[in-house]
Amino acid sequence: MSERNSADDEVQGEWPLYEIFVRGKRGLNHVHVGSLHAADDEMALRHARDVYTRRNEGVSIWAVRANAIAASSPDEKDPLFAPAADKVYRHPTFYKIPDNVPNL
Amino acid sequence: MTATPEASTDAQQELLDHFEATIRRYDRIEPRDWMPEKYRSTLVRQIAQHAHSEIIGMQPEGNWITRAPSLRRKAILLAKVQDEAGHGLYLYSACETLGVSRRQLTDRLINGTQKYSSIFNYPALSYADVGTIGWLVDGAAICNQVPLCRTSYGPYGRAMIRICKEESFHQRQGYELLMTMMGGTDEQRAMVQESVDRFWWPSLMMFGPPDAESPNTQQSMAWGIKRDTNDELRQKFVDMTVPQAKALGVSLPDPELRWNDERGQHDFGQPDWAEFAAVVKGSGPCNAQRIAHRRRADDEGAWVRAAATAFARRSQPAAGDQPAAGEEPAR
Repeated sequence: MSERNSADDEVQGEWPLYEIFVRGKRGLNHVHVGSLHAADDEMALRHARDVYTRRNEGVSIWAVRANAIAASSPDEKDPLFAPAADKVYRHPTFYKIPDNVPNL
Repeated sequence: MTATPEASTDAQQELLDHFEATIRRYDRIEPRDWMPEKYRSTLVRQIAQHAHSEIIGMQPEGNWITRAPSLRRKAILLAKVQDEAGHGLYLYSACETLGVSRRQLTDRLINGTQKYSSIFNYPALSYADVGTIGWLVDGAAICNQVPLCRTSYGPYGRAMIRICKEESFHQRQGYELLMTMMGGTDEQRAMVQESVDRFWWPSLMMFGPPDAESPNTQQSMAWGIKRDTNDELRQKFVDMTVPQAKALGVSLPDPELRWNDERGQHDFGQPDWAEFAAVVKGSGPCNAQRIAHRRRADDEGAWVRAAATAFARRSQPAAGDQPAAGEEPAR
């Protein structure tokens, strides 16, 4: 799922891998639901409809070639996300407000 | 766990420690994480077997689509068989994240190096079997699959969640079908009983060999791939099914089956494990037929796949081509 080298597929004569994202209903983001193989974009959308929305799970589908996705690497461990860890002042609970102050 | 050979260096020991700490926290392992080779190969074996079972599982019931007794039953059966195909696809996708290709998986099914559930090597001989397969076979599958929603490998757990949501329709349509037949003629009631008698023991075999003879269970539990043992799940299935059989008005073909007040569970007999071993090895009633059918579908579909690939090549810019400057990418 975007996490493997989909170029391998084409070497073996398989259809390219697509990652599928579905918008569950209006007002929600598209969410990743899984992947599938298809010869082209149109087939990817048709297959996605049959595989991932048989029970009204979606109002909109994105099909993205897996090899077009850039992904952060788990091997990088801390460095990539480290900047988020030491900035507790970004969270509302960092600030002490007396109990008798309402609606804050 | 002892250090595996590839974890000989400090860096690899660190990777192994990180992996095991993730498992201990009940966190999920995701596709690009480092994992021990044995963990990967165990998952490939289990997920592939599961995917193959869904795909082969279309055959016994699919055989009845053209002979469904009403349009309603036909529409239901079509939807169910289509679901099984979908479940196979979810699982193949999950398996492919472990670095095997769809082609390899299909080849391993067809050449027999990977297995599928032994239950699908039994034939569906009457329309009552469509009901019994839904009730008992899908019921047993649900027992197996619900705990797998919490399996330690992320993509497998996510596929299981989707499957479990859909599987409940399968079981209920089967039970409802049997209830309808039980409300019919004596002949129909006899068909249901005969079908239940045939499928009961193979359904109990679906949980795999007894714990004492299941070589993979311990390691799979330690890695969080499996969450319950075969015998625990088998017991749960029997306890769930007995009251359902009573409500339906059928008997289960096990003279040892009775409630044990002390244990708060049912006592029950063991399936014929020699038969199980023989069916797994390939001598079940339908093994050859199932694989031959899958091979034929693969062979006869080859030109369609090739044509779609050729069509895509001709009508789409080659992968990696960028839109010309100033051109909006299609949304």
